[in-house]
Amino acid sequence: MSTLIRNLRIEADDYVSLADDAPLPTSGKLIVSHARWLAEREALLASGLSIGIKLPNTVDVATVLPEIAERPLIELDFPSFPDGRAYSQARLLAERFQFKGELRATGKAVVRDQFQFLLRCGFNSFELRDGQDPAACLAAVHEFSVPYQQAADHAEPVFLRRRGNAA
Amino acid sequence: MYQYDEYDQKLVDERVAQFRDQTRRFLAGELPDDEYRMLRLRNGLYVQRFAPMLRIAIPYGLLASKQLRMLGHIARTYDKGYGHLTTRQNLQFNWPTLESVPDILADLATVQMHAIQTSGNCIRNVTSDHLAGVAADELVDPRPYCEIARQWATLHPEFNWLPRKFKIAMSSSTTDRAATRVHDIGVHIIRNEAGELGYTIYVGGGLGRTPIIGVKIRDFLPEADLLSYCEAVLRVYNRLGRRDNIYKARIKILVKETGPAKFAEMVEAEWAQIKDSYLKLTQADLDRVKKHFSSPAYAADAANDTSYAQQLAANGSFAAWTRRNLKAHRVPGYSAVFASLKAKGVAPGDIDAAQLDAVADLADRYSFGEVRVTHTQNLVFADVQQKDLYPLWQALAGIGLATPNIGLLTDVICCPGLDFCSLSNASSIAVAEEIFERFENLDDQHDIGEMKLNMSGCMNGCGHHSVGHIGILGVDKKGEEWYQITLGGSSSNDASLGDRTGPSVSRADIANAVQNLIETYLDVRMSEDESFLACYRRVGMVPFKTRLYAKVEAEA
Repeated sequence: MSTLIRNLRIEADDYVSLADDAPLPTSGKLIVSHARWLAEREALLASGLSIGIKLPNTVDVATVLPEIAERPLIELDFPSFPDGRAYSQARLLAERFQFKGELRATGKAVVRDQFQFLLRCGFNSFELRDGQDPAACLAAVHEFSVPYQQAADHAEPVFLRRRGNAA
Repeated sequence: MYQYDEYDQKLVDERVAQFRDQTRRFLAGELPDDEYRMLRLRNGLYVQRFAPMLRIAIPYGLLASKQLRMLGHIARTYDKGYGHLTTRQNLQFNWPTLESVPDILADLATVQMHAIQTSGNCIRNVTSDHLAGVAADELVDPRPYCEIARQWATLHPEFNWLPRKFKIAMSSSTTDRAATRVHDIGVHIIRNEAGELGYTIYVGGGLGRTPIIGVKIRDFLPEADLLSYCEAVLRVYNRLGRRDNIYKARIKILVKETGPAKFAEMVEAEWAQIKDSYLKLTQADLDRVKKHFSSPAYAADAANDTSYAQQLAANGSFAAWTRRNLKAHRVPGYSAVFASLKAKGVAPGDIDAAQLDAVADLADRYSFGEVRVTHTQNLVFADVQQKDLYPLWQALAGIGLATPNIGLLTDVICCPGLDFCSLSNASSIAVAEEIFERFENLDDQHDIGEMKLNMSGCMNGCGHHSVGHIGILGVDKKGEEWYQITLGGSSSNDASLGDRTGPSVSRADIANAVQNLIETYLDVRMSEDESFLACYRRVGMVPFKTRLYAKVEAEA
């Protein structure tokens, strides 16, 4: 079982990922695929369970936003180490669409060497890839202390500091 | 030039520490090979045919004398005593050990240098005009805009894992010396009819396997909107660029498959969402960076010097060099001086530690302590008074950097080829050398006139063969080295891709083939004023092709 870091703390994962053909349990918190959500939306809503959605990284989040905006959790996928599409999805959800729920990163890029970038793009929850040292991931948050860009983590970027210094 | 403040320095220092730790974990077996490969590439470190290769960023080609000396120190201490200047205005060391790279990076950081994003599928070094700030035909200095873009692109959290590499070039002159139309984003800094500064934006240009000339997607973008527009382009590309096939992953394929109009529409839609965000540049942001590039203290009486005219009259070799290796400067009495790295017996673009040190001293003495790297793999002393031209020429001649061949046939652009690169199919350096020897006679070269001969050892096109007036591409045929020839390419304002002559020619015949092409040109040109490129565009392929294949062995 992989480690979950949420809000920069190691936490037990209270969500269960439900396979598309698995029966709906009667209790608990679930993550279902986007496809299942689309197919069984009424039944899933009627269950009264807390249900998050896992989006493929090929989905345009602006298009699907009305279907997912109210979910407590959105999981974005990194199917391989160098596939960075979900970085853009995360920034749009966190910054443009102000998604306030749990924004979870999962997959092969959820490692210490990409951890600070993930955090900066708006993820607040990280299902670490197997074998990752959670302490090292948390330490990586401080690898770069002065970002050039403003992003979803609200770290004060260099250009704002310079504007402040000049004032 | 731009000077780091505490923030710039801290970021570079932190990158050194991060890379040192990544390398330590790799050597300890804690980081998988494949992941370390992708991480080290983002810091310019390749593992090549014989040894690692470290590519060091030279932002928009600008180097200070203390940086040159540091490069000399690194060449001596960690390499075999020399480096190689690339077509992207960077410098590569071909022989460092992997274990020493963190120390090299730490040394570089002490002179405000790094290797960040000189490789890997991320935003690469922003390149520009090597005559920026001094060219007579320049509207404004493009370097402040390059520096602003450099900072935005550096460790951008969203765009560090793109489908493929991404290159930005900027130019602000009537002659495009930065090959902007063969970049992923080409930026032309212009004024609109109302006199406001801004940019014309081109996207989707590129060389390599599928060479394409970039298309214009915006006529005029206001000066404040550079970063938001780039961010919009990158976001569309990061989302939709192909990741299923490395050969179709560059933005040029997305633009082509989407259609330029539709692509522009997507960029505009994304841009509309972010153009009024924090990405909008303030006048203070622009001014802060622009003041780093203010003019040096030019001597008001530089043009009054009379010694230059005397030396020109007295010394034919000096006069020949000035005709070829000087470019006009916007300030009277000053010139931009090219130091040629295309000398006999030296691989194009190679420079050794002693030359790096000597160039640093000459820069301090004659050119305000700075030099520029050109995308044609030469160096430029941009601000030389005419009274100093003669001693500078003498000093350059003493270190082998005064070959008077800038813009001529032997000023070839050339990748490292089979001698170093693990991607290459064929030698390029040895062919360049053979061509050099054959056309060494300068009178002949002057007669041939303006010529861009570009050569790549494989279709990745690091030697820009597709935009050479004559392009040569090394190909592998059953283990043998063969060469495809193209004619009529250009990376200037009239950008075009070369046309293939036909079957490739053998290693033994490639120099003959070039000679046949040159002889054809000399026969069919209308006058000495008609360049090879203009001549080819007028007469077309047939006369060249006929003569080329009449005399050499070719294979389909």
